Amino acid sequence: MRTDEMRNDIPKTSFWRRQMSGVRDFGKGIFDKIKAIYEKRKLQINLIIILLLLVFPYLARSNYIMGIACRMLMYSVLAGSLNVINGYSGQFNIGHAGFFLIGAYTEAIFATQFGISFWPLLAVSGAFAAIVGFLISLPTLRLRGIYLAIVTLGFSEILRVIALNWSSVTGGAMGIKSIPSPTFFGMTISNSSNYYYIFLFIAILFLAVTGRVLKSRVGRAWISIREDEAAARSLGVETRFYKSINFMYGAFWAGVAGAAFAPYYRFIASDMFTLDEGFNILSMVIIGGQGTLVGPLVGSIIVNLITEVFRFAARYRMVVYATLIIVMMWWRPQGLVGAYDSVFAIKKSQRKPVRMASAKEAGEE
Amino acid sequence: MMGEVILEAKEICKYFGGLKAVEKVDMQVEKGDIFGIIGPNGAGKTTFFNICSGIYQPTSGDILFNGESIINQRPEHIAKKGMARTFQNIKLFKNMSVLENIKIGFHNRTKTTMFDAIIRNKKYRVDEEVIVREGIAILEKVGLSEYRDTLAGNMAYGLQRRVEIARALALDPQIILLDEPAAGMNPMETHALMTFIQNINKEGYTIVVIEHDMKFIMSMANKVLVLNFGQKIAEGTPEQVKQDEEVIVAYFGKGLDLGGGH
Repeated sequence: MRTDEMRNDIPKTSFWRRQMSGVRDFGKGIFDKIKAIYEKRKLQINLIIILLLLVFPYLARSNYIMGIACRMLMYSVLAGSLNVINGYSGQFNIGHAGFFLIGAYTEAIFATQFGISFWPLLAVSGAFAAIVGFLISLPTLRLRGIYLAIVTLGFSEILRVIALNWSSVTGGAMGIKSIPSPTFFGMTISNSSNYYYIFLFIAILFLAVTGRVLKSRVGRAWISIREDEAAARSLGVETRFYKSINFMYGAFWAGVAGAAFAPYYRFIASDMFTLDEGFNILSMVIIGGQGTLVGPLVGSIIVNLITEVFRFAARYRMVVYATLIIVMMWWRPQGLVGAYDSVFAIKKSQRKPVRMASAKEAGEE
Repeated sequence: MMGEVILEAKEICKYFGGLKAVEKVDMQVEKGDIFGIIGPNGAGKTTFFNICSGIYQPTSGDILFNGESIINQRPEHIAKKGMARTFQNIKLFKNMSVLENIKIGFHNRTKTTMFDAIIRNKKYRVDEEVIVREGIAILEKVGLSEYRDTLAGNMAYGLQRRVEIARALALDPQIILLDEPAAGMNPMETHALMTFIQNINKEGYTIVVIEHDMKFIMSMANKVLVLNFGQKIAEGTPEQVKQDEEVIVAYFGKGLDLGGGH
């Protein structure tokens, strides 16, 4: 019995494992140093970054590049909001495209049918998505891990099918056309170079607000649920409430991103919000690093760059994503910017890798 | 010391299918007690604890906390009422620093909402300041100041136990349930823990402690409850319990009857 167990352990600690540990710890020093420098001069560095981002359209002088930048910013909000759910409270949502859809359709419907202006609709769409997020969180409060993942996946598909078939409201398969562009003090914002500022505004707002929430009692409650739900409850954290709030928060920002997306493309249809889209967002979170604020941003930049680089081979793009995710899960489950000792990382001392926060619940008591 | 009863169990039963994990157990914990629960492996001690703290619902019976029934309440609500607990297999938030762990303990004593946090208003700042100040005070009290920024999961086993107790103290509870706090500790650590528990008891916390180790319980508790196969076999002061026939049988087995027969 004992010898069998030991024999099973041998391949795990063999050549590959040793090779991997090098990759896994890559960045242990570099990222820590960057972090230390950043912490020291937080304000100045933030200001410089924001300034550079503000003048970026004048440097790039190309609608093509600005289009990519817009997508990167939009996806960084989407991936970031998914990360609040998956990375911080440890729930496993893979149907984030559903919330994105709600936001986009809300904006499109209200703007085309009732002529309401873009800016209030940002908040309204977010609120709609949050309400849907609340509804989806109700039956899932008792579920965790892969079971929750399947529910969110199914829910995302249900929303897409509703959008496809409820023709009187959503335009059915034809989608919604000629969504009005937002105006800002009489100026119509339509091309990518201008629209960039809307996405930039949302992304900065998202990061600032989320950073603050995570550093508060609410954020700590989320993290405590990820770390150990039973312990959190024993300390008086109302886990049901905080899980619901967490879903709503993530959904809200996905809704806001959706509301910004609809008038940018000026046309939306249900096939823009398929499961592929959900996995696309998820891949950004995983590649960038779950449970970190900047991780999804990095993930969004990388995935969107890959999309552009491999545009000539659009069909094989998915293969590249898939390979990248598998490689990441294997070598750096904590993501590119994830701390080497984060909850998602494989610890050297552990024989069995802990891949996901949700997976660890399986072996409880 | 005839204090008022703070935690009372009335004929608690818990069956898992055909298994009678806990059968008709009564308990009365008075304010200021160090109340010990002992019993061999599988005696139902932890199950009984889980019923007291709301993790399990009993099959029958009632639990009164400060005279109020807490059956059918969720663990987080019982925690709010002033009952804190630790776990047999330490449940720390391993990827958070020690101070952050303590901060979660303050969850109920602060009222910051998401909105307060976003605009960083006075409520948020006052709450955070109080949490940090009192959190550091607790760390000093339990002698963990130097570890305040260490990740809880990276600490030595004995220290992790102490973090867990410190986190429970942050709730400012009336009663603390400790589930085998000395498990896996060496004699030195065990001794330090004993002094520590006696100290916090002197500060007015009522303590219920489960332990395997007879010596640990006998030298510390002022009242002991002995469980075996889910049933209460004795209750009383350590001296009384030590002399109890059934307890001796449960722990050491029957002596050889040399008089006759086999």
